[in-house]
Amino acid sequence: MSSPTLLHAEGITKSFSGVPALTDGRLALRAGTVHALCGGNGAGKSTLLNILMGILKRDGGTVMMDDYEVHFDNPHEALKAGVAIISQELEPVPEMNVAENIYLGREPRRNFGLIDHHAMHDQAAELLRSLELGLSPKTKLGDLSIADIQMVEIARAISRDARVIIMDEPTSAIGENETELLFKAIERLKARGTGIIYVSHRMNELFRIADEYTIMRDGAYIESGSMVEINRHRLITTVLGKELNEEFAKLNVPSENILLEIEGYSRESAFQDISLQLKSGEILGIFGLMGSGRSEFLDALFGATPVNKGTARINGNNYQPRHPADAMRSGFAYVTEDRKGSGLVMDASIKRNITLASIPDVSRFGLINEPKENCAALPFLSKLQIKASSIDMPVKQMSGGNQQKVVLAKWLQTNPSILLLDEPTRGVDVGAKREIYAFMSKFARDGRAIIMTSSEIPEVLGMSDRVIVFRKGRVSGVLSGNDLSQENLVKLSS
Amino acid sequence: MPQHTSLISSETTSTKKSQRTLATFMSDYGIMVAFIALCVVLSIASPYFLGVSNLLNVLRQVSINGVLAIGMTFVILTRGIDLSVGSMMAFAAIVAASFAGASADSALILPILMGLGAGLALGCINGVMVARFAIPPFVMTLGMLSMARGLTYIYSDGMPISSLSSSFLWLGQGTVAGIPVPVLLFAAIFLLAWFTLRYTAFGRYVYAVGGNPTASRLSGINVRGIIFAVYAISGTLCGLAGLMIAARTSAALPQAGVAYELDAIAAVVIGGTSLAGGKGRIIGTLFGVLIIGVINNGLDLLGVSSFYQQLVKGAIIVVAVMLDRSREAND
Repeated sequence: MSSPTLLHAEGITKSFSGVPALTDGRLALRAGTVHALCGGNGAGKSTLLNILMGILKRDGGTVMMDDYEVHFDNPHEALKAGVAIISQELEPVPEMNVAENIYLGREPRRNFGLIDHHAMHDQAAELLRSLELGLSPKTKLGDLSIADIQMVEIARAISRDARVIIMDEPTSAIGENETELLFKAIERLKARGTGIIYVSHRMNELFRIADEYTIMRDGAYIESGSMVEINRHRLITTVLGKELNEEFAKLNVPSENILLEIEGYSRESAFQDISLQLKSGEILGIFGLMGSGRSEFLDALFGATPVNKGTARINGNNYQPRHPADAMRSGFAYVTEDRKGSGLVMDASIKRNITLASIPDVSRFGLINEPKENCAALPFLSKLQIKASSIDMPVKQMSGGNQQKVVLAKWLQTNPSILLLDEPTRGVDVGAKREIYAFMSKFARDGRAIIMTSSEIPEVLGMSDRVIVFRKGRVSGVLSGNDLSQENLVKLSS
Repeated sequence: MPQHTSLISSETTSTKKSQRTLATFMSDYGIMVAFIALCVVLSIASPYFLGVSNLLNVLRQVSINGVLAIGMTFVILTRGIDLSVGSMMAFAAIVAASFAGASADSALILPILMGLGAGLALGCINGVMVARFAIPPFVMTLGMLSMARGLTYIYSDGMPISSLSSSFLWLGQGTVAGIPVPVLLFAAIFLLAWFTLRYTAFGRYVYAVGGNPTASRLSGINVRGIIFAVYAISGTLCGLAGLMIAARTSAALPQAGVAYELDAIAAVVIGGTSLAGGKGRIIGTLFGVLIIGVINNGLDLLGVSSFYQQLVKGAIIVVAVMLDRSREAND
């Protein structure tokens, strides 16, 4: 408790169009610590962070840095004061290289305002070395993995002498190995006296990396303390404000009946020679690192991209999708990993998103039958516990967990028999996660089945009946029963 | 102390709520309010403005831009743009006129079919190239702007086609129950487009494809088919506009309709349809068309030079989009 407080926020309030999003935001960040900011979707974390970053203006309350009150009108001012953010949506310039991205807007200059490329590259190389990141300053950002881009963002924050770094779900888009790299980088930042505000829905990470925590619920501060003084169970129940039931409720039982059989599926430079069988009643996990070809495989299986080689059979019938519509006719549904990019029409209402894939079912002679459409969409609000005032609410106003449930509802409406789930709980809070797990185990019955990919090991272990491990586009092993362990998953995937 | 704060916050909540409903009202009906305000100002400034004959005159003048702007709305809703509408209209006009000579008085149907067909054909070329071969809409329709104009000159050898049959001229100059035929055509197309976007599966798909093409494709929607269709619709409506303009001016001029695409795009944008796709309403386009028409007419009545009319029109486009932006920032 000796290190000084870097940043102190108290009594922060903020409302949007009269709806309060934050009624009592508090946070005290000390130098050289990682501070976990915990709360469900809609707890007000993002609002508080946006205020600290100068993206939003607070309605009330105080923010102190080094005992001086600060008012940031924009992210630029926050950066100048030493507050940087590594966010879920990274914003690099893909056509520029690592050094150019790090020094974007503050390039070292020579005479006549020309950019001193030599000095810039040397400085960048020095910085990357000091952070022990094995990156070349001359690599184009567009050629890097998401994890590497994140490292570049961290380097950029440090090059700006940021003393407070906000990390918002930094591991949601990266794999196990990259997460280790990130944690190493965080340890080095701590040693330099940097304070880190860390937001993640992954409990394991919080207990591993964080020193202190602050819990928020419904827009207000609940409690804070040291991580060693709280256990997982109490943290989760405090975040949710209620007791939880069993995390991975398994109701499905795999049968002997083979629903889907794939042989030698290959797609150039993405995955090769994938063979698998899916039984009805089964939840089949696919585990693999970023770039192992798991998402590309699901894309191809759903007919979104072509395969070069291989055959597939559903209930013994040949299956050769050329468009997602073919896959849907054969009983497939596909929840992609990127809700905003490929799952939802963000400007459209809940109702229109739910019926997006089943318009023909609610229309006749090309005319949409609106009462029928309402009847189709409305029951999902209660069935999936979607929190919304009405089905006409735009999905962009919803939290991540509720958006994910809308995507699920869209596919349930098509009455599928094989559900493909790519990272089904990414960016979803603990409560909604459990509801999605419960839904999965209920779905995978009565002749239906699920193929799920996930980079979260507990989720893969908890939900899957069998796991196929992908490595560099190939199947490196199939695990079931007692072989299903974290150790084996890591060993086979790397 | 806690009581005190809760009192204040509930008070601010209620004022903010009323602001919010006002904002929603303005976003739904703002353009109509702006249009009515404009009409009130003009009716005070000029005693002629509100006369029945002047109002019908305004409607007749806007009908051609209106038909083009409706097709443009479909295209822009899918994140596209159609720069070729003026040229396609001229081509359709020339083709239709070449089948509407004064001797062919009986057969009105042939020039109509040829005109619509000419527009449809060019629209289909736009559609195939954009949807199937992924040529950016801006580039493809910029090319078509020039190609269609070239075809028009080639087909007509650079000469206007006049002395058209009286039945054909009826399309541009006739009236039904005192209402000009072009106005009726515009009204019919508007209702059809409104109905399509509001009630049909196709209309729903147009919004979905514009809102998120990837999600639409993964939901089993034939995205290419929808994109092809909107360019075909725009082309066909150019065909109709071609019939209307040739019949109104009693001749098809190969240089007709230059820069008409700009007025059509302006009407759509003033009407609140987002160039980013997926958002907008055909009723907005209607009022966008009317606002442009009323401004031109009003400034004419007030004796303002056409130079200033252009200036005002441009400023209105920018202000309309600016208001849209600030509304979205408040969302």
